[in-house]
Amino acid sequence: MPNTASVPEAVTDRELRAYLYGLPGVDEVGAAARAKDLSTRSIKTTAKARAIDLAISMVDLTTLEGADTPGKVRAMCAKAARPDPEDRTVPSVGAVCVYPDRVGNAVEALRGTGIGVASVATAFPSGRAPLEAKLSDTRAAVADGASEIDMVIDRGAFLSGDYPKVYEEITAVKEACGNTHLKVILETGELSTLDNVRRASHLAIRAGADFIKTSTGKVSPAATPPVVLVMLEAVRDHHRDTGRHVGVKPAGGIRNTKDAIRNLVLVNETAGPDWLTPDLFRIGASSLLNDLLMQRTRLSTGTYPGPDHYTQD
Amino acid sequence: MAERRTDAKKTARKATRAPARLAVRKTYKLYLGGAFPRSESGRSYPVTSADGDHLANASLASRKDARDAVVAARKAFTGWSGRTAYNRGQILYRVAEVMEGRRAQFTDQLAVARGTDRAEAETIVSAAIDRWVYYAGWTDKFAQVIGGSNPVAGPYYNHSAPEPTGVVVVFAPQEAPLLGLSSVLAPVVATGNTAVVVTSETEPLAAVDLAEVLATSDVPGGVINLLTGRAGEIGPHLAAHADVDALDLAGAGEHATGFEEAAAESLTRVLRPGPEAGGDERAWLDPDPGTSRMSPFLETKTVWHPIGV
Amino acid sequence: MAEIFEYAPAPESRSVVTLRENYDLFVDGGFVPAESGENLTSLNPADESALATVAVAGPTDVDRAVAAARHAQENVWGPMSGAERGKYLFRLARILQERSRELAVLESMDNGKPIKETRDADLPLAAAHFFYHAGWADKLHHAGLGTDPRPLGVAAQVIPWNFPLLMLAWKIAPALATGNTVVLKPAETTPLTALVFAEICQEADLPPGVVNILTGAGETGQALVEHPGVDKVAFTGSTDVGRGIARAVAGTDKRLTLELGGKGANIVYDDAALDEAVEGIVQGIFFNQGHVCCAGSRLLVQESIAEELLPRLKERVSRIRVGDPLDKNTDLGAINSAGQLRRIREATDSGEAEGVERWSPACDLPTDGYWFAPTLLTGVSQSHRVAREEIFGPVLSVLTFRTPEEAVDKANNTPYGLSAGVWTEKGSRMLWTAERLRAGVVWSNTFNKLDPTSPFGGYKESGYGREGGRHGLEAYLG
Repeated sequence: MPNTASVPEAVTDRELRAYLYGLPGVDEVGAAARAKDLSTRSIKTTAKARAIDLAISMVDLTTLEGADTPGKVRAMCAKAARPDPEDRTVPSVGAVCVYPDRVGNAVEALRGTGIGVASVATAFPSGRAPLEAKLSDTRAAVADGASEIDMVIDRGAFLSGDYPKVYEEITAVKEACGNTHLKVILETGELSTLDNVRRASHLAIRAGADFIKTSTGKVSPAATPPVVLVMLEAVRDHHRDTGRHVGVKPAGGIRNTKDAIRNLVLVNETAGPDWLTPDLFRIGASSLLNDLLMQRTRLSTGTYPGPDHYTQD
Repeated sequence: MAERRTDAKKTARKATRAPARLAVRKTYKLYLGGAFPRSESGRSYPVTSADGDHLANASLASRKDARDAVVAARKAFTGWSGRTAYNRGQILYRVAEVMEGRRAQFTDQLAVARGTDRAEAETIVSAAIDRWVYYAGWTDKFAQVIGGSNPVAGPYYNHSAPEPTGVVVVFAPQEAPLLGLSSVLAPVVATGNTAVVVTSETEPLAAVDLAEVLATSDVPGGVINLLTGRAGEIGPHLAAHADVDALDLAGAGEHATGFEEAAAESLTRVLRPGPEAGGDERAWLDPDPGTSRMSPFLETKTVWHPIGV
Repeated sequence: MAEIFEYAPAPESRSVVTLRENYDLFVDGGFVPAESGENLTSLNPADESALATVAVAGPTDVDRAVAAARHAQENVWGPMSGAERGKYLFRLARILQERSRELAVLESMDNGKPIKETRDADLPLAAAHFFYHAGWADKLHHAGLGTDPRPLGVAAQVIPWNFPLLMLAWKIAPALATGNTVVLKPAETTPLTALVFAEICQEADLPPGVVNILTGAGETGQALVEHPGVDKVAFTGSTDVGRGIARAVAGTDKRLTLELGGKGANIVYDDAALDEAVEGIVQGIFFNQGHVCCAGSRLLVQESIAEELLPRLKERVSRIRVGDPLDKNTDLGAINSAGQLRRIREATDSGEAEGVERWSPACDLPTDGYWFAPTLLTGVSQSHRVAREEIFGPVLSVLTFRTPEEAVDKANNTPYGLSAGVWTEKGSRMLWTAERLRAGVVWSNTFNKLDPTSPFGGYKESGYGREGGRHGLEAYLG
């Protein structure tokens, strides 16, 4: 995990605005073209095998449904710890990701596995709740043993230009997290422009985020390649300027091995190989894991397995 | 003008009797950078009427005059091409207005120089004036007719627009000193180019009269520069001049091939002599030549820009 | 951590290409040997292996080809209805699409450019060019070039080695659409895709003589453009050869269009979208190994942003993958020929001798073949040779400017005028700059984009005439 940043000092509206509007713009067409160019990288044979295992180790195996039960969470945790019961060489996933009230179930199920539990918090997914409710949401998850908090930013405040509100919420949640790592969800699908993605990324990073995360998974579009590209540029630039590594987590819409590997290529060629670790790159997904497992089998056996050879959860 | 002609004829006949009033003759000079200098070489050459009578001594432009003309035209280019198309149209129309006011002068001049009757000269002068009106109307239209947007296969705004080539050397038609000259010159400047004109060698006087119109028509100095003299003498220097962007060889005659070869060295654009080039004023009467004499002196610039949020 | 994700080799299969040992000339619908019996060998610049030999056309062969083209123009192609001509072009476009994998691999082998580019740029654009012009064939009277536009006759076309098939498409498609017939000479070092195109003409049942392909070197090209039987000359290549051609056609009735060299300025203002500007700079100079007449070979960066931009640029250039052109992950392939490699080395060395600073990322170049690492030259000023002369290789000269006026002055301070780039997030500044640049193509916030609908061609010594779009038709109609 990255070094947790110290809680930054309060900033004025004027300072924040000057900072965010001083960032270089993003040309949407150019960013999309670069992401598309990188998507044509051909990752084959040994490189593909390594990429698949790396991707498995980066998955935040996620269930965020109103219908989540203790049983559903326990089943997912079993899968997270041993993705393929028949093949012990398969790495375990990066973490599981659940709602705050399921953290206890997950912590219990994963005891002794070393796999972390991430909890969404702060009135996920909309973030439309009073700050106090968001903080108590966070504290509850931390108290129940969450090792990572995935908070959402107040997109309404961001879009209305109330940057201090967004900033101060993040710093407050960060404080409530204590030593628990904080991922800040930008919900890029609601931010509309890549300029906003860049500004929101730097705002979150500056407010103390350990990770910046694209999406809740409840809004489309989610983790599109240009969005991931711009967020990777933000953490790259922050590292160049301060030496601090901030992680990136695309979530939503990454459903198959090809998408996952394209994300790894984006990481490799944008932020650089330093980020090719679960400590700095995660993929929020649920159905992706089985596709990674199927492709893994195909690579090692040369034949295509069927979906029923893998557990659904 | 009429008096001057009479005067000239009398001179030719070595008149023995002084006239009641001695006419004031015009000195025919070059038109360079908005001024009327004599050739720096101090040379002149006699110009005669169609009947062989001596009309005047025209300045015989030198290689250095040609070089100065290119400098003047280059200097004027940024300002002229940077004016609005509407403004250029206004100025070209003003040329026509001022010509109209001097149509008697042009008619007399042309009748003597060409040896035609007044009616014929009237026809040509009218057509010449109308030619300036015609191109005055083109200044703010050719870009729409020639340019446009291009539907490229991608998220890009893509637009092509014509721009003036730059400094154009015009070898004016030899046998069509007014309408021919106007027909080749007006399109060059209508499109925002600046011009160095080598006039008809044997009939240069109409060009100098036109220069006087230009000088009083808000045409900025240097936009049009007129050199009277011999294409064969100054043409090679102009054709090979690296700061000349295009040649109109309408009146280059036997020199056309040599000038085109010289132009090749700096990839100077060349408009070869067309079917009307060897003809007299009547060959230039077509009232609607379209874009044919503008597009050779235009460059197409295509600009791309992404379309995104 | 780097070794965790090295890309394994991902070579495109060569098996889609079936090469003959020797190719004859394509004249009047058939392959015929050259009168002289001479041949030249086309090499794979990535490993210097021989790919095939091709015939060298001499004056007699040029006579035959021009006669065949004349006969076809007067008796078949000219009289044919525009709609029917168009259908042939549509057919050619479709076959190019169908055989695109084969042609992409062959182009990569013969030229040295990466398969990624032949697959994603050369081939799709070549097919698109035929498709676009096919639709014009029966609509020429709507092109704003007169109510009864007529073909000129026989077009002599000489093309370069940097985009062999794409340049063929740029030449042949408009000529055919407008009712002309062609004799085309591909470049000496890259004749093979043109010869496959000849086979495609047969496959399309194109009437004999409409397209004739004469292989050979400079002398063949000279004999072709100077042949008294041609009505139109179209040349893409070096400015020096272009001058010679302009001289040669002087005084004739031949129409001429020239697409020549360039030294494109890529202007980056301090408010640019930096990451995309860096991509655009890279695309501008390293696309196709810099063998691009419209390359952005002069970077003009505003001094106030230079220190921010250059490290980003170097970091990005360090990620360029140089190597096997047929590897799908290769960004920068082989230099096309030993001669071109020598010229690039000579020009770059001269820059160093003049005191500019030279930088290339660490990269392992293959031992066989012709290779040149991506190179930045910094500390360059206008008077340096590397700021004035076209290098035509993966070498970027970096200059700085202080004000927009200075940027425009420096950009225009070249005898060339083909392309330029502008990077700024401010619309009015972009338009102000674009308006003042004396270049035929201005890419703002992008670079090296090509499209069949978009006219392409230069100002000043970059040549004259336009290719592509409605404007491009003018060169082939009288």
